[in-house]
Amino acid sequence: MRTCGATPGGPSLDGIDIKTQSVIQGVVLSTSAGDGVPNGSAITNAHVRLLDSSGEFTAEVPTNQEGQFRFFAAPGTWTLVVLAPGARKEIQVVATKGVPLDLVIELS
Amino acid sequence: MSRETSLVTADWVAQNLNNPKVVLVEVDEDTTLYDQGHIEGAITFHWRNDLQDGLIRDLISKEKFEALLSKSGISNDTTVILYGGNNNWFATYAFWYFKVYGHADVRLLDGGRKRWELDARPFVTAVPTRTATRYVAKERDNSIRAFRDEVIAAISKVNIVDVRSPQEFSGELAAPAHLPQEGGQIKGHIPTAKNIPWSKAANEDGTFKSEAELTALYQGAGVDLAKDTIAYCRIGERSAFSWFVLHELLGVNNVKNYDGSWTEYGSLVGVPVALGA
Repeated sequence: MRTCGATPGGPSLDGIDIKTQSVIQGVVLSTSAGDGVPNGSAITNAHVRLLDSSGEFTAEVPTNQEGQFRFFAAPGTWTLVVLAPGARKEIQVVATKGVPLDLVIELS
Repeated sequence: MSRETSLVTADWVAQNLNNPKVVLVEVDEDTTLYDQGHIEGAITFHWRNDLQDGLIRDLISKEKFEALLSKSGISNDTTVILYGGNNNWFATYAFWYFKVYGHADVRLLDGGRKRWELDARPFVTAVPTRTATRYVAKERDNSIRAFRDEVIAAISKVNIVDVRSPQEFSGELAAPAHLPQEGGQIKGHIPTAKNIPWSKAANEDGTFKSEAELTALYQGAGVDLAKDTIAYCRIGERSAFSWFVLHELLGVNNVKNYDGSWTEYGSLVGVPVALGA
């Protein structure tokens, strides 16, 4: 999937009361297009794990058909572990209530 | 009851795709996954539509289980291989379910969909047609199923293992962080329960940890495996995962899954409840 100018990121936030939620979401993209464009093809068979600040597993979701994922986390520091065939990436993030975190995660 | 009799690897499944004695059954939390793609030849059971009574809160009856397996082309001597998404949560629930009704040879694909996907193995969308059978189930084996009165009586007496996340155990959350916050009427845990989240028994790729690691996990948390054990979670799926670890991988006989779990216990009037870590 090429997003071709659309803002890359997680699923639509329509209908979600972001004032009361600490949303961590995003899209997992392949850099295999090799053109330096950050919005390469969506990785639809990735798994995103959410670990708390002590490294304990909290939740896991597969990416959807658009390569997107979403968590409703508590405010604070979290680690995302993204797993896909032949690839693994860890990312530290800070979730804040009222300001959804929208990530573009690239895997090579 | 051992890794050899209860688990198969992705390689084993790949080598047995055309084995007529084997039937693959996918059981997912996200019931749209099967239609998006599944292992070749696999059928699917819907955890709610196929495996819940629908009128009363209970497993389906023996007669309905027989009808489900018969129309699915599963015979009493079939080797049933269960697998699913989300680290096999609902597949292990189905495994426990098959054991409740006495199926002889049921096994789990170690790592489920995730291991299969991370290996970049193929999925298909074709739905197989299977010839109907006449399946005969056994009477329910309640030696692996706990009910509410037994759980209340077990407080302070037998091992009670709460396999939910620490946040659900402490009473901060009512459900896993990726799901709507619904469940029991109140939050908390059963007094004297030990919190050993299901996730501690799994590797990152969804496969089970080794028997030595699993034994150390439970013993390290102060669980005396010589005593009776009851596992629970929110709706009985994650606790089926931990039941599988204890009963099947570690060969502990006296383990029950409390499938009423916190949605039942947390809605009972007058029972004791604990909060905090």
